Amino acid sequence: MNKVLKFFTKESSLVPILAIIMGLLFGALVMLIGGYNPLLAYYSLFKKVFGDLYNFGETIRQITPLIFTGLSVAFAFRTGLFNIGAAGQFVMGSLGAVIIGTQLSLPAYIHAPLAIIVGGLFGALWGAISGYLKAKRGVHEVITTIMLNWIALYLSNYVIYNYLRAKGQQRTEFIKDTASISFDWLSELFGFARLHSGTILAIIAALAFYLILWKTKQGFELRAVGFNPHASEYAGMNVSKNIIKAMFIGGLFAGLGGAVEVLGVFKYQVISAALPNAGFDGIAVALIGANTPLGVIFGSILFGVLTYGAAGMKLGAGVPIEVIRVVIASVIFFVAASGIVKYILALFQRKKKEVL
Amino acid sequence: MDILNIISDLLHNTIVFSTALIFASLGGLFSERSGVVNIALEGLMIVGAFTSAVVTYFVGSPWVGFIAAAFVGLIFSLLHAVASVTFRADQVVSGVALNFLAAGATVYLVKIIFDGAGQTKTLTTVFNKVSIPILSDIPILGKAVFVAYPTSFVAFILVGLSYFVLFKTPFGLRLRSVGEHPSAADTMGINVYRMRYIGVMISGALAAMGGATIALTTTSNFSHNTVSGQGFIALAALIFGKWHPVGAMSAALFFGLAYSLNPLVQVFGLTKYIPVDFVYMLPYILTILVLAGIVGKAVGPASVGKPYEKGQR
Repeated sequence: MNKVLKFFTKESSLVPILAIIMGLLFGALVMLIGGYNPLLAYYSLFKKVFGDLYNFGETIRQITPLIFTGLSVAFAFRTGLFNIGAAGQFVMGSLGAVIIGTQLSLPAYIHAPLAIIVGGLFGALWGAISGYLKAKRGVHEVITTIMLNWIALYLSNYVIYNYLRAKGQQRTEFIKDTASISFDWLSELFGFARLHSGTILAIIAALAFYLILWKTKQGFELRAVGFNPHASEYAGMNVSKNIIKAMFIGGLFAGLGGAVEVLGVFKYQVISAALPNAGFDGIAVALIGANTPLGVIFGSILFGVLTYGAAGMKLGAGVPIEVIRVVIASVIFFVAASGIVKYILALFQRKKKEVL
Repeated sequence: MDILNIISDLLHNTIVFSTALIFASLGGLFSERSGVVNIALEGLMIVGAFTSAVVTYFVGSPWVGFIAAAFVGLIFSLLHAVASVTFRADQVVSGVALNFLAAGATVYLVKIIFDGAGQTKTLTTVFNKVSIPILSDIPILGKAVFVAYPTSFVAFILVGLSYFVLFKTPFGLRLRSVGEHPSAADTMGINVYRMRYIGVMISGALAAMGGATIALTTTSNFSHNTVSGQGFIALAALIFGKWHPVGAMSAALFFGLAYSLNPLVQVFGLTKYIPVDFVYMLPYILTILVLAGIVGKAVGPASVGKPYEKGQR
């Protein structure tokens, strides 16, 4: 118990926790200004999520892609890279999976895994482009990943429209049943919430994240390059190779997320005008999770609950669901400007001392 | 439709579409030249489009809406300045947060103001096209370039003004020096923090004007997709234009032209040869190519993205 308390009170976890609290408070303030009851709103949010099995299952569905994109951003962070491209890699992952899922006819034990792998590879290669441009051409990954996000969106729209489109629809055909990764029996138990084995894959991915980074030589190199590229180079590590590798693996996580979203939830991919939210929420998740796999899972649960429960706020307290985007934005803001949080923390600590 | 009219229309549409991009990329210019990365251009444009639409709806004058947008954009960008200059936050993360905040807060407010509707009511008083006497009588070119929304003229004037301010005044020199080598600038007695605040605030006002342009000339209302990606195209234009006002303007015009080609491509059934999606991709692909040194070479301000801490080495 003492250990648990220590974990939550050390500064590295205190800042995200305080940022979350401040974000929720800021959201409450925004609701008060709009003339809503924030307590009722937050209550409705949690009631929506934990009220019945169907919504609970759907919340798990909502959390799953966030784990993938959160891991994607966090992995790149560990190597000192800022991957804003999880959204694009996610889209490419969906595209890869939907191509395999709709175009091939294979037995189930090979079809679904193949679709997931191809989706993951699409995302990985998409990420590796940014890695290559950074390593070999010195182009900042923030710019290239932003640009590649939009390129991915339009590329996938192009491919879907011209090669995969269902007749008269703005989406692809349904994937074959053999490529589906839905948990049909579990879904039934959860009132037909769209549960799928991608959630298990997400946990495995988080485990792999940990093992790669902290239990292998490769991981040591990746982290070393993140800490100090010059020292790493001096120590004989190949910095460029590690940068490309980090973006490849980061992209792989996001791509897998996109793949399981298509294979487990929607069963098709639509022609979209906007990038998926999961991509950008991944940044928030990684920041909140301090770029650790466990932190990413906690962060995903938090943001998954918030974004899914938002509909409950609308129903229970009449609050427009967009307020949740405001909450998430302010959490990111407070984590980024952790100086503000530390400043407030210092105020409290000073007060405590004065009292004593 | 004869070929001359087509060209005239094309030029005209290019200018309409580019205007917003010019405003926003000039905004990015001031921020990044002072050493603060601004990927919040998108969010600032959203704020500008929202403010202009709401104010114009209630006041009835697009000019008031336009100026209000610039003002609110300036205030909103202060968040970015406080986080990334004073608290030395990661400028990219702060920008991401601002984009999120803008997208969420504006639609939230629209729903409150307009009884739960996802967009503002259609504006009846928006900018009308004005024609410049004599010049607009020039055949073809006159109708294409000299009959335009007033915001376009404002944008082009601001390009010249930005060039003058950045490269011909002591203020501009200070702003740029803070973005290139802040500690040297500090040694010379320039207040680095203040210059960066000013850079970010100018950027907020300009980008918001870009968003206002879209709401007041193109869409005549504000909804969640009034601004969808233009902020990032403006960022692309800034880089493609090599962090120079005239370059950014040229890039914005070029991207505007690419978009204006779209309807034309469709009318003539050329989509078989040039898919629309590839036209959409063009700004982004070109930006990557130019940064990679495959088409020209773009090098940003030396200290862009690095928080400055007094006394650090």
